[in-house]
Amino acid sequence: MNIWLAPLIVGIVSSVLSALIVIVDSIVNNYGEVEIDINNGKKKLKVKGGSPLLFTLASENIFVPSACGGRGSCGACKVKVLSDVGEYLPTELPYMSEEEIKENIRLSCQIKVKKDIKIQLPEELFNVKKLTGKVVSLKNVTHDIKEVRIKLPEEINFKAGQYVQIVVPPYDKIKQPTQRAYSIASTPSKKDEIDLLIRLVPGGIATTYVHNYLKEGDNLEVIGPFGEFYMRDTDADMICVAGGSGMAPIKSIVLDMYERGITNRNVWYFFGARTEKDLFYVELFKDLEKKWSNFHFIPALSRPMEPEKWDGEVGLITDVMVKYLENVVDKNTKKEGYLCGSPGMINACEKLLNEHGIKDVYYDKFA
Amino acid sequence: MNPNINPLVLFFASIFTSNILLSNFLGMCSFISISKSLKSSNGLGMAVTMVMTITTAINWLVEKYVIVPFQLEYLRYIIYIIVIAAVVQILEMVIDRTAPNLYISLGIFLPLITVNCAILGVALFMQLRNYTLLQSIFFGLGSGLGWWLAIVLLAAIRIKVDKAPIPAPLKGVGITLITIGIMAMAFMGFAGMINVQ
Repeated sequence: MNIWLAPLIVGIVSSVLSALIVIVDSIVNNYGEVEIDINNGKKKLKVKGGSPLLFTLASENIFVPSACGGRGSCGACKVKVLSDVGEYLPTELPYMSEEEIKENIRLSCQIKVKKDIKIQLPEELFNVKKLTGKVVSLKNVTHDIKEVRIKLPEEINFKAGQYVQIVVPPYDKIKQPTQRAYSIASTPSKKDEIDLLIRLVPGGIATTYVHNYLKEGDNLEVIGPFGEFYMRDTDADMICVAGGSGMAPIKSIVLDMYERGITNRNVWYFFGARTEKDLFYVELFKDLEKKWSNFHFIPALSRPMEPEKWDGEVGLITDVMVKYLENVVDKNTKKEGYLCGSPGMINACEKLLNEHGIKDVYYDKFA
Repeated sequence: MNPNINPLVLFFASIFTSNILLSNFLGMCSFISISKSLKSSNGLGMAVTMVMTITTAINWLVEKYVIVPFQLEYLRYIIYIIVIAAVVQILEMVIDRTAPNLYISLGIFLPLITVNCAILGVALFMQLRNYTLLQSIFFGLGSGLGWWLAIVLLAAIRIKVDKAPIPAPLKGVGITLITIGIMAMAFMGFAGMINVQ
């Protein structure tokens, strides 16, 4: 009798308290039906109040980019709020600049929809879809970068250079689904299949899953497309710089230009790697160089293992880029910069490009 | 047997002479980490006071009507903690609905109170010293106010100390711990006035 008494009593106490929480929750957190007004009446949603804005919008199939999946740790899900939703939370402030605070930009995962709310969203977000794709190929392109090809159940329209978020399911000791953003490496002409390049980050939740747990044939949830990184429609020469898996969006942009016959623009693609084993897709771009006279591919190694065999550029990618800007590239043409890689590399490149008179610099920083 | 102490005496004693923080050193971790700003300290102090008063009263009832009759004294810690966690959850929802500005100013501190050992400590003292329900409520409220007073005092001192010429190795946590020690000694001055054990 006594053996059963203790768990029974603790169970009853817990149940009573849980029931109390549920009752209070249903009374206190019942905000009824509220309206979300998006872009001054362009879209109006009637939703159940009480949940964070990010999840409320997702339940209506509007996906605001969020690399951390709504935990308030990536600062990506920023939304301009036009009505009053209360003061900034301590969890929002680290991700906000002074200008963003003046414009009332908020983290949509942190603010709750409790009354009618007016927000502003980029129109592109209405095209964002959540799809369950199938991994059709999983290939090592270097010792630490995998090319993941995902077949989608329906077509998506994206611009070359944009990214998607993948939803990593719980595995091993990771108990909650996690979202991470990766640039699409394939071209928009293939609408129902996307390639991602994923570098193994030691201890990384998503990259460890992709490298050690994901298999061909597995399902993988994909949300997208997102992003402001794509080729601008001008006739300026393009200076593209990438490092490691920063290859993905540049590859998509360059191949898309070639496919669409935009070959009148000069494109200089500087790709930085440490050693020979970090290089990939070299043949692909060397072939493209032969077919497209205005395209120039310059891979550079910072520490070649066999310097005597390596006949390309040696040194940091920033140094190589400056060398070309000063000696090889035509100085009299208008130029744009397209950068993808680590924040350090991008900041250094942007500074150097600005110093060489190139003010239009677009980039996709690894968060 | 109940100690024959007037609840009002117990109330003032738990603020000053037997301050839960400075005489028992309970709830130290949030005391040190949050006391950097006066605003946060105030918010946390208020939340601790609220939770402490309510949980002490509920735990008294649970002790009398559940734990003692069913001889579950060995599960006291678990049951007390379950009650504290549930009260914090409910309080969080109620504050969010009724006083959104207070909810925002408390931020993440409110859920963190669940693991503030001063809350559990007060409930355990209340049981150990056989207080009546009224005594327990006053003891909980007083201890909460005492904790609030101590953290606000420390925050105020730290703001001054930050501008003082402190030797480099002592800056930050070092000087804070020394400050707390001196504060505790100052509060010991009250200790002889009344014994609430």
